[in-house]
Amino acid sequence: MTTPVEQESTQAEFTGAELGVEDTPWQTVVWNDPVNLMSYVTYVFQKLFGYSRDKATKLMLDVHHKGRAIVSSGSKDKVEGDVAKLHAAGLWATMQRVS
Amino acid sequence: MKHWTREGDRVVAVLDRQEAAVLRGMVGQVKDMLMARGSEMPQDELSALTGIRTAPATPPDDPILGRLLPDFFRLDPDAPDPQEVDSAGALRSVHEPQLIDLKTGVAAVVLDTCPSQGGLVRLTLEQSESWLSALNDVRLALGTALDVTEDMPDELPVEDPRSAHLGVYHWLTFVQESLVEAMMSSLPEDGEPDRDA
Repeated sequence: MTTPVEQESTQAEFTGAELGVEDTPWQTVVWNDPVNLMSYVTYVFQKLFGYSRDKATKLMLDVHHKGRAIVSSGSKDKVEGDVAKLHAAGLWATMQRVS
Repeated sequence: MKHWTREGDRVVAVLDRQEAAVLRGMVGQVKDMLMARGSEMPQDELSALTGIRTAPATPPDDPILGRLLPDFFRLDPDAPDPQEVDSAGALRSVHEPQLIDLKTGVAAVVLDTCPSQGGLVRLTLEQSESWLSALNDVRLALGTALDVTEDMPDELPVEDPRSAHLGVYHWLTFVQESLVEAMMSSLPEDGEPDRDA
């Protein structure tokens, strides 16, 4: 059984550079929609990408407030796979080439 | 029903008879819609030879199916880039059969584990994952049909034809939200170090 542990988490700012956007030609975008629950979207980001609760929450809030967030990036194949997984989870995701 | 609760690696709730009937009815309907879409797949000799299934390249006309099976590219509705339309169609052909399999699969898990007369639902974590996805699909379907907005009120005026159905939507929201809470404790709060730079 998992016991919730209070931990000091490092507050890393989420930037394009951290995701290696400069080196990688494709991005996964998640768009806001009025149905998906904020808690569920956070859960999906943690589950699918292995992100921390803090990072997943920050991305979810970006989707909610800014209408969209880039949640992963990489080769075309990787991003295509990420979009497919997000579709299976019911999130509205698309892919785009870094312009 | 009350909240989902954790009993070790099981997730438990009790649904009454009517709740089970509503949930099973809606999950079954979404599953049927997806299977009908799946049967539109081109049955050509090439697919029969290679065993590789492909879906239609065009998105479903129905807005509910369109939301459940989205495009891979965000297309400008007024002036879609022809190249992106082609790419989106090609990716849909490749991925949609598997997406339909996954969505009908999670629906089947709910139908297998939710007693039709209601009562105790006791799920493994894997089954709970399926319930989460299936509940989300049903809320997407109903939310699309009801044209819900971010600030949907708890009740609509009685003259609004949607008012009778909105209660079901809000109930499904409660069931999903409670299940997310019960599942959240399974995930490490600090993520996987190598994937959280």
